[in-house]
Amino acid sequence: MELKEKLISSFVAFEEEMDLNTRVHKIRSKNFDHFEKTGFPSKKDEEWKYTSLDNLLKKNYRIFTKEEFAIELKEVKKFFLYELDTYKIVFIDGIYSPFLSDTTHDGIDVCLLSAALNKNKYEKIINNYFDKITHKSDSLTTLNTSFTKEGAYIFIPKSVSSEKPIEIVHFSSGKQGNLFLQPRNLIILEENSTAQIIERHQSLGKSDVLTNSVTEIFLNERSVLDYYKIQNDSLNSSLIDNTYLSQMARSNASVHTFSFGGNLTRNNLNFHQFGEFIQSTMKGITILQGTQHVDHHTLVKHSNPNCESHQDYKGIFSNNSVGVFNGKIYVDKIAQKTNAFQQNNNLLLDRNSTINTKPQLEIFADDVKCSHGCTVGQLDNNSLFYLRSRGIPKKEAKALLTYAFANNVLESVKIPILKKRIKSLIANKLGVNLVYDL
Amino acid sequence: MGYTEEELKKELETKEYEYGFYTDIESDTFEIGLNEDVIKKISKRKDEPKWMTEWRLSAYKVWKEMDEPNWANVKYNKPDYQAISYYSAPKGKPKYDSLDEVDPELIKTFNKLGISIDEQKKLTGVAVDIVMDSVSVATTFRDTLAKKGIIFCSISEAIKSYPELVKRYLGTVIPPKDNYFAALNSAVFSDGSFCYIPKGVRCPMELSTYFRINQAGTGQFERTLVIADESSYVSYLEGCTAPSRDENQLHAAVVELIALDDAEIKYSTVQNWYPGDKKGKGGVFNFVTKRGICHNRSKISWTQVETGSAVTWKYPSCILKGDKSIGEFYSIAVTNNFQQADTGTKMIHLGKNTKSTIISKGISAGQSQNSYRGLVKISPRAKNARNFSQCDSLLMGNKCGAHTFPYIEAKNNTSQIEHEATTSKIGEDQIFYCNQRGIDTEKAIALIVNGFSKEVLNKLPMEFAIEAQKLLEISLEGSVG
Repeated sequence: MELKEKLISSFVAFEEEMDLNTRVHKIRSKNFDHFEKTGFPSKKDEEWKYTSLDNLLKKNYRIFTKEEFAIELKEVKKFFLYELDTYKIVFIDGIYSPFLSDTTHDGIDVCLLSAALNKNKYEKIINNYFDKITHKSDSLTTLNTSFTKEGAYIFIPKSVSSEKPIEIVHFSSGKQGNLFLQPRNLIILEENSTAQIIERHQSLGKSDVLTNSVTEIFLNERSVLDYYKIQNDSLNSSLIDNTYLSQMARSNASVHTFSFGGNLTRNNLNFHQFGEFIQSTMKGITILQGTQHVDHHTLVKHSNPNCESHQDYKGIFSNNSVGVFNGKIYVDKIAQKTNAFQQNNNLLLDRNSTINTKPQLEIFADDVKCSHGCTVGQLDNNSLFYLRSRGIPKKEAKALLTYAFANNVLESVKIPILKKRIKSLIANKLGVNLVYDL
Repeated sequence: MGYTEEELKKELETKEYEYGFYTDIESDTFEIGLNEDVIKKISKRKDEPKWMTEWRLSAYKVWKEMDEPNWANVKYNKPDYQAISYYSAPKGKPKYDSLDEVDPELIKTFNKLGISIDEQKKLTGVAVDIVMDSVSVATTFRDTLAKKGIIFCSISEAIKSYPELVKRYLGTVIPPKDNYFAALNSAVFSDGSFCYIPKGVRCPMELSTYFRINQAGTGQFERTLVIADESSYVSYLEGCTAPSRDENQLHAAVVELIALDDAEIKYSTVQNWYPGDKKGKGGVFNFVTKRGICHNRSKISWTQVETGSAVTWKYPSCILKGDKSIGEFYSIAVTNNFQQADTGTKMIHLGKNTKSTIISKGISAGQSQNSYRGLVKISPRAKNARNFSQCDSLLMGNKCGAHTFPYIEAKNNTSQIEHEATTSKIGEDQIFYCNQRGIDTEKAIALIVNGFSKEVLNKLPMEFAIEAQKLLEISLEGSVG
C-alpha cells in the first residue's frame, strides 16, 4: 500500500523535526509501531465490512503542508456562525491561522494543542489526559497519534461555564495538491463546567483531501458538553473522524452529527462511562445524494450502574448513495439499571441507494432496559397526497415530510442560530426554498 | 414459602441431563482420521454410485483448502478433525422390515428417550426416521406415505433408488464450498433423511427424524434433503439427543429445503444435544448449516427450540428467490451453565413482493452466552419486499450475556424493514404478582418464560410443543438469581 509506505518514511523526518525527548515521543513511537504492523483497515475487518478505503488510499497525498495560504475572511465567512460571538480555532491545511481565529486564555483555555504539548505549564494535563482513552488497537487512531502535531486544545476549569460557543474549523485551501491531514483535538471539562463546541471540516479548492481526525474529550463529574459536528464538505474531500469521550459520574454529553456532504465520511463515536448517573446522547441526521458514502459507527460502553444512553440516527438516501450505521451498546455485568436506547430510521428515496445497518447489543447485566429499533422505508404516499391536495407542490411536500422525519434530532440542537443554519442546509440539500420557519 | 431462589438455582445446577445414557450396542466404527481413502471407504460401505463418490471427493478437496471460521461470538477449542471417527453404524444392519427385527437394545434406547416407535406410530401418527450414530435405523409409516407418492427414506437409500432426484437437488441450496462445515459434511456425510412430496400432495402426517450420537469419539454428519414439489405441503420435525460424555462431540449437519412454486415447508427442530456438565466440560459442538430456497409463491417456515449443545453455530436461512415467496423464522434459544449459542437467520430477498418474519427469543442463564446474528438482505430487484424482525432477550443473573448482531442491507427503496430488539429480566414485581395470587416462585418463572416464548412455541406442531415446553422448564426453572 503506497500511502502506508510513504507514511512510514515520513515518520522519521517528522520525529526529527519534533522534540525527541518528550514523553509524547514515546507515545508516538509506540503507536506508530502498531500502525506499521496493522496498516490501514480493509473490508475483511468486521468494522470496515461496508466501507472501503481502497480508492482513497490509491491517491497520492502530500503528508506535510508546505506553507500556509491566507484566506480572506469574506470568502469563508459563511462557514462560521457569524451571527454569534464565538471563540474560534481555525486551521488552514492543518496550520493554525491566527488571523481567522479568536482564542482565549481568560478563565478558560481555548488554544492550540501544539502549545499545550510544548509548554511546561501544561505538562501535568498532557500526562493525565493525552492518548488516555483512544482505542490502542484502532490503526487509524494510532496513525493519528503518531503524527500528533496540531489541533485544538480546550480546557474548561472547575465550575466555569464557557460563555460563548467554541468553533473548531479546518479549512483546506486546495492549493497544494492532494493533502492528507491529521488534526488532533484534546478537550477537557473539569467538574461542574459546561461548554458548547461546533466542529467543521471544509475544503475550498478542487484537489483531494483526506482527513484522519482524532478528538479526545474528557468530562469530569457533573460537567455538561454539547458537541456539534457539521459535515457538509465538497465531493473531493473525505473524512475519517474518531471521537472518544470519557465521562465521569453525573456528567452529561451529547454529540450531534450532521452529515450532508463529502465523498466518504466515517464517524467513529466512542463513549466510555466511568461513573454512575451518566447521560450520553448521540444523534445524527444524514442526507446523501450521488456517490456519497457515510458510515456511522457508535459505541457506548456502560461499565457502571444507573447510567443512560440515547441514540437516534436518521438517514435519508437517494441517487446511488450508500449509508452505513453500526451502533453497539455494551453493558458490563455490574452496570445494573442501565437504560440504553438506540434508534436508526432510514428513508430510501429511490431505487439505487443502499443502507447497511447493524444495531448491536452486547449485554451482560440482567436488570437493564435496553432496546433498539431500526427501520428502512419510504415517505408515506397518503401523507404526500394529503399535502398535495392542499396545494403544496410535490417537492415541497416531500421536503416537509422529510423535515418531520428528521425533526426529533433537530429539536435537541440547543443553539438557535445553529438550528436555523442546519434547517437551511437541509432545505438546500432537498432543493427547496421554504420561506416559512418550521 | 419454603422454596427459595437459591434452592431453585441449586436444583437446576445439579439437574442431570436426562438423556445422558449410553446404549451398549455393538457398532461398526471406522478408525479415526480423515483422508481420501476414508471417504472412499464410506462411499463403498454405503454402496454408492460413482458420481456420489466423486462428489464427496471434490467436497473434500474444497474442505482441505478452507479455514475453520472464527467470526462467531463463541469460544471453544477447535476439534481435531483427524481425531474423529467419521463412520459408526450400529451392527446388525442393514434393513429392518418391521420393528421386531430391530435390535432390542436399540428399542430400549428409544423407549428411554420416550419415543417408543410403536407407541408413536399408534398414538401420534408421526412417521419417524431415526438416525443413530450417523446411520438411519428405522423408518416408520413408509407404506402409508408411499400410497400418496411421498418418498420418505434415508438419504443413502435415496441415492440408490432415486438418483435422478438426489443428483438434481443435492448441493443446490448449500453447495459444498458454502462454508467449512458444509464442505466437511458433503465429504463425509454418512446418512440422513430424504423426503420428496409430489405435485399437489398435502402430506397427511408430520414427518420426523430423530438423531442420536451414541458411540464415543464419533462425529455425526447427517444430511437432510426435503423437496416439496409444486403446490405441495409438508411439515417436518427433527429432534436430537446424545449421551453425556466428557469430551466434545462434533455434529455438523446440512439441511437443504427446496420449495417449488406454491409449495410450503414447515421445518421444526427441537435440539437437545448434551450441553456439557455444569462446569462446562464436554457437550456437543453443533455446527449446522440449514438453508431453504423458495420459488414463486412458496413458503418456508423454520421453527427451532435450541436447548442443548455446548456450542451452537446455526443459521437456518431462506433464499426468497421467487416472487411473492415467504420466509419465516421462529426461534427460542436457551443457554445455561457454560453453553454458548450463536444463532439466527438470513433472509435473502431476491424476488418481488417477498415477505419475511423473524421472531427470535434468547434466554440466557448461568454463565452462558447467547447471541442472535441475523441478516436481512434486500436486493435491488426485490420490489416491495417486507421484513419484520423482533429479537427479545431474557437474562437471568449477571454472569451471562445476551448479544444481538442484526445486519440489514437494503438496496431497494420500495422495501420496508423493521427491526426491534429488547433485553429484559424477569421482574421482581412480576414474580411478586404471581406469588400474591398463590403461585409459587418456581411456577411463576415457568409461567413467565412460557409467556415470553409463546409466540414461538405456538408455531410448533402439537406433540412437539408439549415436549418443547417441558424442555424449557427443565433447562430454565430456578435459574433466576
